[in-house]
Amino acid sequence: MPPLSILIWLPVACGLVGAVVAIRSERLPGLLALAGSLGALGLAIAYIVQYGPGSHGLKDVTDVVWISELGVHYKLGVSGLNVLLVGLTTLLFFAAILAANLGLTSRPPDRPRLFYFHMMLAESAVLGAFLAQDLALFVAFFDLMLIPFYFLVGSWGEGPDRVKATIKLVIYTLVGSLLMLAAAIATGVLAGEQNGGHITFVLSQLQGLPLSTGSQEWIFLFFAAAFLVKMPAFPLHGWMPDGYRAMPIEVLMVFSGVLSKVGAYGFLAIVLPLFPQAAAHFQTLMLVIALLSILYGSAMAFTQTHARLIAGYSSVAQLGFITLGIFALTPQGAQGALLQMVNHGLVVAPVFFIIALLAARAGGSQDIREMGGIAFRAPLLATVFLVVALATLAMPGSANFVGEFLILLGVFNAKLAVAVIAFAGVVMASVYALRLFIRAMHNRVGPDVKSRELTRMDALVLAPLLAVIVFLALYPQGALKRSERSVTSSVASAHADLTTTPSALAATEP
Amino acid sequence: MTVLAVTHLKGPHVDFAALSPLVAFFGGAIVVLLVGLLGSRKIREQVVPALTLVALGAALGLTIWRWKEPESILSGALRIDRLSLTLNLILAVGGMATVLLAWRSKAAREAAHGELHAMLLSTLGGMALLVAAQNTVALFLGLELLSIPLYVLCATEMRNEHSLEAGLKYLIVGSVGSATLLYGIALLYGATGATDFGAIANAISGSGLASNAMLLTGVALCVAGLAFKASVAPFHQWTPDVYEGAPTPVTAFMAVATKVAALGVLLRLFEVALIEAHGSWGPALAALATITILVGNVGALGQSSLKRMLAYSSVAQAGYMLAGVVVATRLGAQSMVFYLAVYLAMNMAAFAVIVARERETDLGDNVQAMAGLGRERPWLAWPMTISMLALAGIPATAGFIGKFYLIDAAVAGGYTWLGVVIVIGSMISLGYYLPVIATMWMTPSPTPGSVPAIAGGSQELDPIAPAADRDQPELVLVAVLAGAATIAFGIVPQPLFNLVHGVGSALGLL
Repeated sequence: MPPLSILIWLPVACGLVGAVVAIRSERLPGLLALAGSLGALGLAIAYIVQYGPGSHGLKDVTDVVWISELGVHYKLGVSGLNVLLVGLTTLLFFAAILAANLGLTSRPPDRPRLFYFHMMLAESAVLGAFLAQDLALFVAFFDLMLIPFYFLVGSWGEGPDRVKATIKLVIYTLVGSLLMLAAAIATGVLAGEQNGGHITFVLSQLQGLPLSTGSQEWIFLFFAAAFLVKMPAFPLHGWMPDGYRAMPIEVLMVFSGVLSKVGAYGFLAIVLPLFPQAAAHFQTLMLVIALLSILYGSAMAFTQTHARLIAGYSSVAQLGFITLGIFALTPQGAQGALLQMVNHGLVVAPVFFIIALLAARAGGSQDIREMGGIAFRAPLLATVFLVVALATLAMPGSANFVGEFLILLGVFNAKLAVAVIAFAGVVMASVYALRLFIRAMHNRVGPDVKSRELTRMDALVLAPLLAVIVFLALYPQGALKRSERSVTSSVASAHADLTTTPSALAATEP
Repeated sequence: MTVLAVTHLKGPHVDFAALSPLVAFFGGAIVVLLVGLLGSRKIREQVVPALTLVALGAALGLTIWRWKEPESILSGALRIDRLSLTLNLILAVGGMATVLLAWRSKAAREAAHGELHAMLLSTLGGMALLVAAQNTVALFLGLELLSIPLYVLCATEMRNEHSLEAGLKYLIVGSVGSATLLYGIALLYGATGATDFGAIANAISGSGLASNAMLLTGVALCVAGLAFKASVAPFHQWTPDVYEGAPTPVTAFMAVATKVAALGVLLRLFEVALIEAHGSWGPALAALATITILVGNVGALGQSSLKRMLAYSSVAQAGYMLAGVVVATRLGAQSMVFYLAVYLAMNMAAFAVIVARERETDLGDNVQAMAGLGRERPWLAWPMTISMLALAGIPATAGFIGKFYLIDAAVAGGYTWLGVVIVIGSMISLGYYLPVIATMWMTPSPTPGSVPAIAGGSQELDPIAPAADRDQPELVLVAVLAGAATIAFGIVPQPLFNLVHGVGSALGLL
C-alpha cells in the first residue's frame, strides 16, 4: 500500500496546483480538485479492503519524528476506528466537489481557484485528524481543519450575516480546540514525567503511561469541551443555527457529514483509551449531555420550519445518540456509535443536498412552509428522499437501525434509566424525518413551487451516497467486523474502570 | 607607586573580535550619519539605506562568525553567548526589515535620511549591548543607548503632531521607566554590594538574601523598569498611543526589536543574577504575565486602528513570552527566544502590509484599508492572513509551534495554570485577529473600480501582480518573506529549534 501521507496530502496538493497553475481557466481548478478527491476516495477504498474483517491494531504506520525537542511524531496509521471514517470523508468530499463542479445547486463558485483550494485543504486536514496517531499532530490537524471552513463560509456563504456567522463558528470551535491544546500538552508533559522526563505525544506510548486520576479529570473536561462543541452537543451548539444557514451547500454537506464525526472519533480514539478513569468518572455527566442533546435536538427539529435547521437539529439529536453509545462504555455501545457515525454522515449529506434541490424547486425558499407538492412531478427525487429519510429515522432494515440498536443495547446494559429515556428519541426521529419529507414533498403545493425531476447531474452526485447507504443496510457486518476489535480494545480500560469502581466502593463499605 | 598607577590606568583588555557585532552597529551609525550629510538627494535616498543594510549585514555576519563557546569580555561587563548571539541575529534581521519598510517613508524624508538610519543603528547597538550585559552598569548603559534614539525615532514625522506627541509621551514614560530601573539597580547594589550578575547571585545564595526586603524592593523596581520597555501590564499604557502615533516603520521596529531587547535582558537578569531568589519573583512575575495577557487581549478587541490593535496584541504576546522567564528553566528560556524569532516574522509581515496600505489608501492604518485586499492584492493579503493566523496560534504556522513550546515550558515548569491562561488569551485574541481576515477576504473594496470586476476573472493568487505591487517591491518582499518564513517554520520548525538550542545552557539553567 502507498504510504498514508499520499492519501492525506494528495487533495491539498491538487488544490494548490489548481490555485497556482490554472490562472486563466475557470474549470480546471474544479477538475483538478475532482481528480484529487477521486484519487483520495480510491486510496481510501483500498485501505478499507486491505483492513479486512477481524483486523486489529495499526496498519500502514508512518512514523517520523517531527519535532524532536517536543517529542512530537508525525505518526499516521489505519485502525479499525478510523478506516471507515476515512472512507466516509473521502466519499463526502468527492460528492461535494462533484456537486460544486457540476454547479447544480447554485452557480459555480466565484473565485474557483481559491474555493477549491480551501475545500481540498479542508479534506487534507480532516483526513490528517482521523489518521494521526500522535496527540499533538491530532490537535494540529483538528485546529487546522477549521481555517478553510472559515474562508469557505465567509467568502462563499449565503445571506448577509455570513461573516458574523463564520466568526462565531470559528471562535466557538477554536475555543474548545485551544483548551484541548493545553490539555494535550499537559498530557504529554505529565506522561513524560513518568517516562523519565522524555516528553511524548505518541498515542500508543501515552496509553502505557496513565496519568493520575486528578490530572485525568481536568484534562478530560478540556478534551470533552473541544469535542462536544464540534459535534455539536446541546449546551454548546450555539454556533450551529447561524453557521448552517450561512454555509454554501457543498460545504455544508462535508461540514455536517464529517466534522462532527471528528469530535465523536476523538472521544473514541483518544479520550477513552488515554483517560479511562475520568471517562468512567464523568460517565453520568456525558450521558446526561447526550440525552439532553437528543431531546433538545429532536424537539427543535420538529418545531423549526427552515429545512436546513431541521436537518441541523436532527444532527444534534443523532450525535447525541452517538455520544450515548460511546459513553455507555460497553463494546456494543461503542460499536453502534462508530457505525452510526458513518451512517449519519452518509445520510445527512444527501439530506442537505436534497434540501438545496428542493429550494431550487420552491422558488429559492428553504422554508418547508413554502415547499410542498414537489413529489408530484418528481417521483425519482421523492424516492431518493424517502430512502434517505427512512434511513435517518433508523427504519428497521437500514444500517442506522443496526447502529441505534447496538447503541441502545449498550446503554441498556450500562444504565437502564438512560436507555429508557433514549428510546423516546428514536420515536421522535421518525416524527421530524417524516415531517420534513411530507411537508416538502406532499401536502399543499407551495406558492412558488415549480417541480421538476431530478436531473442526471444531480443523480450523479446522489448515486454514490445512496449506493453506500443501501450497501451498508444489506451488509452492516462489513463495517462492524472491521471495527470490532479496535473498538473493544479502545473501550476496554474505561469499561474495566467502570466495573471495578462500584465493587471497590462496595468493598470499603462495612 | 608610579608602577601601580600605570597598571591602574591600563584599563581592561578589549577583545575587539568578540565585540565586532557591536562595532558594526555603532560604526555603521557613524558612517551612515556622515554619508547622510552629503547633498545629493539620490545618495540620501538610496545610498544611506543601502549602507545601513550593509552595516546590518555585517553585524549579522560577524554574529555568525562569533558563534562559538561563550566568553565574557570587557572585564566581565558583557557576555557573548548563545543568548546574546541569537538575539543579535533577530535584532539584525528586524533592523533590515525596518530599513526596507522605511525606504520610501515620509519619516525618512522628513528626518533627513542619515539621521533616521543612524539612530536606528545606534538603537540596535544599544539593544545588542543590553542583551549581552553581564553587570548592572552595562545594563543601564545599554538601556539608555536603546531608549534615547528611539524617543527621537518616534517623533521623526516632524509635520505630524501625532508623531511628535508619541515621541514626547514615550520620552516621559520611558524616562520614568529608566529612573525606576536605575533605582532598582541601586537597591540591588545596596543589598548585595555587587554590580556583576554572577557576584549578585553569589551574594544572594552566600548570605541568604533571598527574602531580604531591600533586595526584593530592588527586584520589584527592576521588574517595573523593564516592564515599561517590554510593555508588560500594568506598565503598558503608553504602548497603544505611541505605537499609533509613531511612523509605522518605527512602530514595527519598536514592536519587534524593543521587545527582543527588553525580554532578553529580563531573562539574563532574572535567571543569572536573581536565580537564587526565584521563589520570590517567580509567582509575582507569573501574576504579571497573567495580567498582561488578559489586559492586552481584551484591550485589542474592537480596535479599528490596526496599529493600536497590534500594540495591544504585542502587550499580550509579551505576556505569553514572560511565561518563559517565569519558569526559570532551560526549556523556558529556549521557548521564549523561539517565540521572539517567530514573533519577528509574524509582526513584520503584518506591518509591511499596513505600511503598504497606508501609502496606497487615505484610510491610514484603519482596518477598512484592508477591505477587498484578498481579491485585488493577493501578495499582500496572504502574508497578512498568515500573520494574523500565526499570531492567533493556528497550526501550520510558526505561531502554533511557538505557543506550543511556551505552554510546554510552562507545564513542565510547574505552571500549568499559566499555560491555561495563555490558551485563554489566545481564545480572546481570535476576536480581533479573525475580523481582520474577514475584512480582507469577505468585504468588498471601498474603492470600486480600482480593479475591473470581471465575472470569473479571478484576481486572487495572481502572479501577474497589479501595478501597485511593482511600485513598492520592497514592502511586498518583506511581507512575502516574513509570511513564507512563518509558514515554513510552522511546518519544519527544526532550524529554529537548532537556533535556540543552547540558549538555556548559556544561562546555566537546568
